[in-house]
Amino acid sequence: MKRFGNFMDSFGAILLAVIWISPLLFAFWAATHSTSDAVNLRLFSPWTMDNFIVAWNGAPWLKYFINTFSLVTVILIGQFILVTLAGFAFAQLTFPGKDFVFILVLMQLFILPEVLIVENYVMVSRLGLFDTILGVGMPYMASAFGIFLMRQAFKGVPIELHEAARIEGCGLLGILWRVYVPLAKPTYLAYALVSVSTHWNNFLWPLIVTNSPETRPLTVGLSIFGAPENGVDISVISAATLMSVAPLLIAFLIFQRQFVQAFLRAGIK
Amino acid sequence: MSAHANLERRRQAIYGWLLLTPALVLLSVFAFYPTMSTLWSSLFSRGTRRNPVEYIGTGNYTELFADPTFWIVVKNNLLYAGVTIPVSMAIALAMALWANGKISARGFVRTAYFTPTVLPMIAAANLWLFFYTPGLGVLDQIGSVFGLPSINWLGQPETALWAIIIVTIWKEAGFFMIFYLAALQTIPEDLKEAADIEGTSRWTYTRRIVLPLLMPTTIFIAINALINSVKLIDHLFILTKGGPSDASKLLLYYIWEMAFAFFDAPQAAAMTILVIGVLAIVAAAKFLYLDKRTHYQ
Repeated sequence: MKRFGNFMDSFGAILLAVIWISPLLFAFWAATHSTSDAVNLRLFSPWTMDNFIVAWNGAPWLKYFINTFSLVTVILIGQFILVTLAGFAFAQLTFPGKDFVFILVLMQLFILPEVLIVENYVMVSRLGLFDTILGVGMPYMASAFGIFLMRQAFKGVPIELHEAARIEGCGLLGILWRVYVPLAKPTYLAYALVSVSTHWNNFLWPLIVTNSPETRPLTVGLSIFGAPENGVDISVISAATLMSVAPLLIAFLIFQRQFVQAFLRAGIK
Repeated sequence: MSAHANLERRRQAIYGWLLLTPALVLLSVFAFYPTMSTLWSSLFSRGTRRNPVEYIGTGNYTELFADPTFWIVVKNNLLYAGVTIPVSMAIALAMALWANGKISARGFVRTAYFTPTVLPMIAAANLWLFFYTPGLGVLDQIGSVFGLPSINWLGQPETALWAIIIVTIWKEAGFFMIFYLAALQTIPEDLKEAADIEGTSRWTYTRRIVLPLLMPTTIFIAINALINSVKLIDHLFILTKGGPSDASKLLLYYIWEMAFAFFDAPQAAAMTILVIGVLAIVAAAKFLYLDKRTHYQ
């Protein structure tokens, strides 16, 4: 009876897994077959790479890749700097007004940048950052979530190390740089993974602030490429979709354990 | 000594504010100020060539409440939240229980569950387009094997929103699974052993021991799912564009459409303020009620 139960568990789990992965498998299958073979589900039809070639030539993908890559890099660098400084202030310094400001920061966890698209668009245009990569990235740099995460990480650093560094004559910023930052490396890694995959996948805000292939990230490029009014067929769309998710997907499959751990660490607030 | 302590206190205050400045400037520019200016601009009329902008108080809100589309969108978003939150959480829990248990092919199972999480919503929509397209799509192909008629899942008002909901659940469940999985791994082994010795059935063990221990995680996930039910709208751009006849339109999409397709910023601002209001209530509930048990300080 127990063995039957185990069997049913495995069966259910694997069935759900197959259902869950099937959209991706179908896309892979469609991308590697001609359109008519794909839509008629001819299982033994020949494989082809043509769809990838057609898709690649249909849009400036290389530019999109570079844009997305620069975007996530710019955001990550900005976040690291801001979040480290603010996280340290909240974790290790006492000063009047700290608790009030901390509540303000926490509020930003709920006022999503996504909701403020209209006013942020006005703001970015006013700053002259419309249709620039910096304009896409700026609203995300002072990440309340990141500040919170680093604050927690820095709070875990033993005060003795701080004292020892100070007795050695290290200034406050020196202590931050030489003691706290190295000890928080795992948190930085986790945060980096979450940040990169979030912004690699972000769509609505980049759609609003970009207006040319020079700045457009992959997601926006993909949505324009696949728009029904462009009449691109399903096999080519599948090929384009797989191309644009490939870097992140391959990275995920290789570093699966770290990825999952990163998301976990990021979620435990 | 007290002079020294005083100096130290002042030094900390200066450093503290200096370190916070960059983050506070950006937060003010892209979160606090926009929130205020959204509230402000929601009180003014939309300027046209003939009618200049003027203060109309709650005029935009009354106009919004009189707009039938707004109520359709609200209803859609409530259904969207009401279905995606519990269903994706239930699936996430089942996934976690399985992925944590002794089953075959566990590595594959975990990877399969989690993979949708790393895909952009736009890509997910493209993948599902292949399922939904009438005549060509996989669902129709499977249906035709059983002699079912072709259904235009995305093109008819009765099914469009459900098609959107399914994509969201597919995208979210694996992400939520991770949190349940982490929580499950903190449950001590001896609880299971004790339950086995007592001859407790697996169902009772899950219901009476596992689920109560998972409660904090469940609340955490529920809040995330609630926020996502406002935020996750990217797939609308590919799959339905809110149609047919607004049947699958959600709030954030409507805000976008209002501002960037109809160029009615004041209406969009009024709607934004309402959404922020709802999110603020969620935030307040979280901080006041739920954080009694957590470890912020």
